Amino acid sequence: MEPSPQASTKTINSFVRREWGRLLSSLIGNLRDFQLAEDCLQEALESALIHWQRSGLPRSPAGWLLQTARRKAIDRLRRNKNFERKSAEYAALIEMEQEAPEPPEDHSIPDERLRLIFTCCHPALEEKSRIALTLPTLGGLTTREIARAFLDKEDAMAQRLVRAKQKIAAAGIPCIVPDAEALPERLASVLGVLYLIFNEGYAATSGDSLIRRSLCEEAIRLAHILHTLRPGEPEIMGLLALMLLHDSRSSARSDTDGNMIALEYQDRRL
Amino acid sequence: MKYLALIYTAANAGPAYGTPEFGEFMKGYEAATQHYRTDKVLIAGEGLKPTSTATTVRVRNGKTETMDGPFAETKETLGGFYLLDCTNLDEAIKYAAMIPSAQFGCVEVRPVMEY
Repeated sequence: MEPSPQASTKTINSFVRREWGRLLSSLIGNLRDFQLAEDCLQEALESALIHWQRSGLPRSPAGWLLQTARRKAIDRLRRNKNFERKSAEYAALIEMEQEAPEPPEDHSIPDERLRLIFTCCHPALEEKSRIALTLPTLGGLTTREIARAFLDKEDAMAQRLVRAKQKIAAAGIPCIVPDAEALPERLASVLGVLYLIFNEGYAATSGDSLIRRSLCEEAIRLAHILHTLRPGEPEIMGLLALMLLHDSRSSARSDTDGNMIALEYQDRRL
Repeated sequence: MKYLALIYTAANAGPAYGTPEFGEFMKGYEAATQHYRTDKVLIAGEGLKPTSTATTVRVRNGKTETMDGPFAETKETLGGFYLLDCTNLDEAIKYAAMIPSAQFGCVEVRPVMEY
């Protein structure tokens, strides 16, 4: 690719896919509001697409996005009818803005994705909603892709997402890593969601191919993130190993037309 | 946030009145209530008399109509409640799980609307 000062949409897309979960979780930490954080980050991304395509990636793209999103949040909170209830978050944002007028360095943004995963996979949410929340929130797939993978209409899936986010806000589902007492049970819920995602990819119930690599890859990617954030947790390592083992055979499991090949006829060299 | 923990049980579920198990069961309630008090989350909590004592009231065309019995005949009925002030749902669930009736019935945790 020829060097150019402009950032291509592809570069920006892959950057966003990689950083989305980290930025969103940090923003939720500031705002304590799932929907507001998501809207502001989305808005920040819109202006990033305009600015970056014109003048290239900034020095700290993640920091740039985070700061822009925070400013959008300040704007929105100001306009908000029930400002009173969010005044503490508003004050904190203003303070952050005054202390650091420059965008934060990318590496200084704390990684809060673990809290976000636990929120998305909270057992107070319906299982399908947990999957529907986890996939787009932690960076992976669009609502349309998820709807297609789980045999749902796109608007039904979008509705499900809206309801889940409303429940998070209205029922007061916190964005925290559960304490040691609740952790094993809650971790099981998280791992259950990841394994469901992987299973759907391993033997797709819809679509024209047997295996949906993108879902398998996403499940493995999320398990890797969990493993990085909580190293040495046997349950996480076990699930990751299991998925990697199954996934290693995936190219031998179907022929070029996407038909299943029985185990005894599979090419062992693949 | 305020949460209302609604305690639902079937009529014949749980320990029977007068048995030693019933004594343990009531002690469980005392312990839970005390725990809520110590943690300063308790706003209110009451047990209800059985649904056979309930009266359902409706006002239609300005006229008050009363009916004997609960609003809906269901196997599991509302037997009591706690109103708790918790920081989030996780905390509310933790406290709800201490309610002895949760062992055989169920507890519905509902956030209270804020105006």
